[in-house]
Amino acid sequence: MVQYFKTIWSGIATTFTGMKITLKHLFTKKVTIQYPDENFPLPETARNRLFMEMTKCIGCKNCAKICPVNCIDIETIKVSPEDPHKELHRNGKERKLWVPTFEIDFAKCCYCGLCTEVCPTDAIIHTKEFEYSEYNRENLVYKFHTLTPEQTEEKRRLLEELDAKKEKEKKQDENKPGNKETPGEKRE
Amino acid sequence: MESINFLYELLGKNALTITLVVILPLGFVLIYALVAILAELKTSAWIQERLGPMRTGPWGILQPVAEVIKLIQKEDITPAKADKLLYNAAPFIVFTGAYSAFAVIPFSEYFAPSRIDLGLFYIFAVGSISALGIVMGGWASNNKYSMMGAMRSVAQLISYEVPAAIAILSIVVLTSTMNLQEINKLQTGWFWNWFLFGGPGTLAKWWIVPFTIILCMIYFIAALAETNRLPFDIPEGESELVAGFHTEYSGIKFAMFFFAEYAYMFVVAAILTTVFLGGWNSPFGNLMQGPGWGVFWFIFKGFSVVMVQIWIRWTLPRFRVDQLMYLGWKILLPISFVCFLIISLYVMLK
Repeated sequence: MVQYFKTIWSGIATTFTGMKITLKHLFTKKVTIQYPDENFPLPETARNRLFMEMTKCIGCKNCAKICPVNCIDIETIKVSPEDPHKELHRNGKERKLWVPTFEIDFAKCCYCGLCTEVCPTDAIIHTKEFEYSEYNRENLVYKFHTLTPEQTEEKRRLLEELDAKKEKEKKQDENKPGNKETPGEKRE
Repeated sequence: MESINFLYELLGKNALTITLVVILPLGFVLIYALVAILAELKTSAWIQERLGPMRTGPWGILQPVAEVIKLIQKEDITPAKADKLLYNAAPFIVFTGAYSAFAVIPFSEYFAPSRIDLGLFYIFAVGSISALGIVMGGWASNNKYSMMGAMRSVAQLISYEVPAAIAILSIVVLTSTMNLQEINKLQTGWFWNWFLFGGPGTLAKWWIVPFTIILCMIYFIAALAETNRLPFDIPEGESELVAGFHTEYSGIKFAMFFFAEYAYMFVVAAILTTVFLGGWNSPFGNLMQGPGWGVFWFIFKGFSVVMVQIWIRWTLPRFRVDQLMYLGWKILLPISFVCFLIISLYVMLK
């Protein structure tokens, strides 16, 4: 009998305790963030969309090699010494490689951050930008190269000329008298 | 018994005014249901420290309207193996049961659609019609979850109708009338004249006050069970029975069930208000007393009770079936009997 009334009493008491708790929560500050209107402060180490600064990039392709999903596509051209167009890096040194193609496909990117770690010049970094959905997948391929296609053609031509010249010089070297490697040919 | 209805007084008693009197509570229920749904959404969100709906209208106040429009647009599916007639009639019967109780609810001194002397008896009688509709819906759906939900609903209703009726009858012993308008008139004056505090009378009534408060609590708990609200929502317990008796319902018929639940919530709140909380009487004597204020006080008190129901819903977890039966038969019933006897004794000694 005593147990019976104790059960009833604890039932009533716990109900009121529960109601007190919910009443308290009714008036506390809400945790919801109205997302598109207000934003959550991103942590310092957040890894979102990548950004690449061409003046820093030395074209070493380390990022493309380490990328686990192969989302970085890089093409490089050696700078011809005869190229009138010279470019300086941030640290004042002359550019050794032109980068006519530097594309990152964010549809593939897994935001692992390995590329930013291997980059020797910190050219490739994570930004805090994460709202960049697209209706078309092609729009997610971001192009970071600064050279125009004409300039690329120009650089490629210059390099070919340089190569041709070098080849010629090499041939000339070979054709020089006293070269021991091809004495027989000469005779014929 | 002389009864006043402001519409009959103003326009005379003819077909038009009678229709108006019938339709007026329906208009009230429609608006009230939208407000109650919003209150439910917002209260649940705030208790869980969320914001709730915020996009539809300023602070999301148009959310219930949007939900009604959504439900109307949805496909109305009748399962192939369902009993078509019963299946389609069930939601309307449930709503009829809830709405017919409004016939005797006194909104004000000058407005109660009907003033029959057996008001309380009538409310208990029509309250069972909703249960009939629930059983029809559960049976006709031809779905095991619906069937189980319907069976649980009936078991629950039978168990809780008894303590609820005894709690109300104890007050009827004090009032010696079942006319809701008469019960209201008895409680005129300050709030200590309410039957929650023993009703009108001299200070000699002090020793029944604890029992009337207990009776009020018993009625409130039993009313929660009758409306199938948490913590007594085992007929539709989502985690056990998908959605209970309305598993198969969609679109407008589901909306009818939903609407009927909210309407019935107000009916039980209105009975509690009328019988225990003084109905349309002001709590402060003659201050703010009158027919106009009566409507305000009645709706204010009724809605406060509905808010408490919502508050409890978001506080307590659901009962198990055996716990529900234990509470109904072994706790509420004997205690309500004891209170009934004590109040009868007080009336005899008076």
